[in-house]
Amino acid sequence: MRFFSIVGLIVSLGFAVAVNLAHGAETFITLASTTSTQNSGLFDHILPRFMAESGIEVRVVAVGTGQAIRIARNGDADVLLVHHRPSEEKFVEARYGIDRKDVMYNDFVIVGPIADPAGIRGMSDAALALSKIVSASAVFVSRGDDSGTHKKELGLWVAADIEPTVNSGERYRETGSGMGATLNTASAMSAYTLVDRGTWLSFRNKRDLAVMVEGDARLFNPYGVILVNPALHSHIKAEAGRRFIDWLTSTTGQDAIASFRIGDKPLFYPTTR
Amino acid sequence: MNDFSDAFIAAFSLLIQLDADLVEIVALSLTVSLTAVLSAAVIGMPLGAALAIGSFPGRRMLIIAINSLMGLPPVVVGLVVYLMLSRSGPLGVLGLLFTPTAMVIAQLILVMPIIAALTRQVVEVLWAEYEEQLRSLGATRWRALPTLLMDGRSQLLTALLAGFGRAIAEVGAVMIVGGNIDHATRVMTTSIALEVSKGDLALALGLGIMLVLIAVAVNGLSWLIGSPGQDRLLRSKRGGGYGRQQYPAARTR
Amino acid sequence: MVDSSILPLELDNVSYEIDGKRLVKNVSCCFEAGRSTLVIGPNGAGKSLFLRLCHGLLQPSSGLLRWRGSDGQTGQRQAMVFQRPVMLRRSVWANVGYALSVKGVSRAEREPIINRVLQCTGLSRFEDIPATRLSFGEQQRLALARVWALSPQVLFLDEPTASLDPPATHQVEQIITAIQSAGTRIIMTSHDLGQVQRLADEVMFLHRGRLLEQTAAEQFFDCPQSDLARAFTRGELLWWHRKNPLHPPGISKEISR
Ligand SMILES: Nc1ncnc2c1ncn2[C@@H]1O[C@H](COP(=O)(O)OP(=O)(O)OP(=O)(O)O)[C@@H](O)[C@H]1O
Ligand SMILES: [Mg+2]
Repeated sequence: MRFFSIVGLIVSLGFAVAVNLAHGAETFITLASTTSTQNSGLFDHILPRFMAESGIEVRVVAVGTGQAIRIARNGDADVLLVHHRPSEEKFVEARYGIDRKDVMYNDFVIVGPIADPAGIRGMSDAALALSKIVSASAVFVSRGDDSGTHKKELGLWVAADIEPTVNSGERYRETGSGMGATLNTASAMSAYTLVDRGTWLSFRNKRDLAVMVEGDARLFNPYGVILVNPALHSHIKAEAGRRFIDWLTSTTGQDAIASFRIGDKPLFYPTTR
Repeated sequence: MNDFSDAFIAAFSLLIQLDADLVEIVALSLTVSLTAVLSAAVIGMPLGAALAIGSFPGRRMLIIAINSLMGLPPVVVGLVVYLMLSRSGPLGVLGLLFTPTAMVIAQLILVMPIIAALTRQVVEVLWAEYEEQLRSLGATRWRALPTLLMDGRSQLLTALLAGFGRAIAEVGAVMIVGGNIDHATRVMTTSIALEVSKGDLALALGLGIMLVLIAVAVNGLSWLIGSPGQDRLLRSKRGGGYGRQQYPAARTR
Repeated sequence: MVDSSILPLELDNVSYEIDGKRLVKNVSCCFEAGRSTLVIGPNGAGKSLFLRLCHGLLQPSSGLLRWRGSDGQTGQRQAMVFQRPVMLRRSVWANVGYALSVKGVSRAEREPIINRVLQCTGLSRFEDIPATRLSFGEQQRLALARVWALSPQVLFLDEPTASLDPPATHQVEQIITAIQSAGTRIIMTSHDLGQVQRLADEVMFLHRGRLLEQTAAEQFFDCPQSDLARAFTRGELLWWHRKNPLHPPGISKEISR
């Protein structure tokens, strides 16, 4: 019987440690955000500064924009930071969130193999570039995961007046995964894909991929931050969440975002500049 | 293709630097998985033993159910636990989502059927050998259950290790219910997934090598404890807790 | 604490069948207190099944089995040593300790009992060794030590000396005699007629599931009442009866006392 009490002790100890680890910081908020922001390394750069100033830890759950919005809607996060304006507006309209604010922006780029079978290098019309990829029978890899990037890409296909899914599984590959996994697929297949500049610059497995198309106004990629509506969920840490949002949009926060660079290239541009 | 050599260099430098973040991740991985496995054992071993020696209605159905649950996809478990623990879910008030406890729960659900099923098999074989003797000694089934678990311990250790293997290697469920939050719920497998998505394949593979090393260490350790030659319980008089260490006088004969 | 005796044990027309095969057939007999009974008979006669029935591990398919002196609590006062000893995967010491703990003996009380029985069976020097490492003969002795520790009123032994060498057989017989002189009723099976002569007060002869004879030992060896028993004690093979079916229905009546 002593054996069993020892096991019981270990188990409860484990739980205690686990709980302890979970509640290590005094105050923390949960931020639902996108893989593209996390993978770029932006949070590692700015969150320690916010923590030092406010004492508030920000715990980032990085998923696709679609899932991030669902997590926030369920009340499982306090703050939402995503990059798909129409979804954000719908979210606020439905009273799931309040106080939407613009934080920063960068842009999307279309990347592809240096060999460039579709001959789109240097183009600035993204929709036209997509149609050239299709007519050249080149491979395009899509996120296919309801993320902000995916939604942006679908908008471009509409602008090009092409239904890409007719080639689904052949020349149109929907990975159904994050930006990184999609880029890995594209680099392994020497295919084209749409990626936000932040992720692209910090991505380490580029192989023979390079930027092909940039500068189209439609490739503008703004990020918005929203506080999850505390009226819907009583446990939302509204005060700490508001402080984070205020900090992000303050001069200090905007400077912190602007100072995040890889080499000499900034990955995000603060909105107030 | 330098990925492989890069990976080993990465793994090696990870080991040498042993930076605080990595230690934290490894510690959390071990804490979560070991807690999950031990809790699963506390539930699964008596359950498996009861399935082996009990005769009650629904026993066969339960065995089939447990055996099929062994193949449960982690992502499905993660999703179900997520829906349960979400603030909008039935257990939302506990506020457990995106905590290590949530990860322990998910892994427990994944591991428990394995431990129960393997325990049932071990105990069934042992019961075939022991049944008459134990009944002759006057042991009820209820009394026999801990005896069988105790005497099957060296094989049950394998069940524990199988469970631990699944827990520590699992990524789908902990990613969903843990959220892979830096310094809170990031474990080895979710960091590997993260490094892959950052395109840092060498670092990811390096972490993978570390994961394998940890698994080897845990297995080796348990082998040291559990091999029959090292079985303290078997060797000492206290074997099975019927000790006499409290009576040192009796030893001087 | 003085236990009232659970004996005598009475079997009334007890049969046991598996899948419609009757393996023990209409056995009626009585075990009185204060003697030792050896059950003999050819391989497959049903001796082991018979002991299991008496011990309560098997339930009779028909017939009645009664402990006349019992208040319903017979399990704790009888014990059995099996044809193949079952060793728990623990130390020799813990094997005996386990039996006592099941019986509800407190830790403090177990200690001296275990030491005594291990000493009496010559196993003290093995006390820390895993029981499964013992030789077959040592295991058989440990099985005896285990039941001895329980001081049962009735002890069933199923061929405790089969496949033991002569010295080991002698040792085991001495242990059995010691247990018996401590007041335990012995009921055991054996193929060793010399052993039967040494140990038995009473002999039962089983053949093909039937009890053919239950008599005092001297009488059994002087003049067995059934032809089959006579042939068996003479060492003659028992296959010949198949040609001339030998047991008329009255035969068990003839030998019942
Ligand atoms: N579970 C069982 N199912 C079917 N037959 C059985 C079963 N148990 C025993 N028997 C049969 O019953 C008969 C009597 O078996 P038992 O073990 O009692 O013989 P025995 O007299 O002890 O023989 P031995 O001297 O070889 O030990 C045998 O023919 C055996 O095959
Ligand atoms: Mg037998």
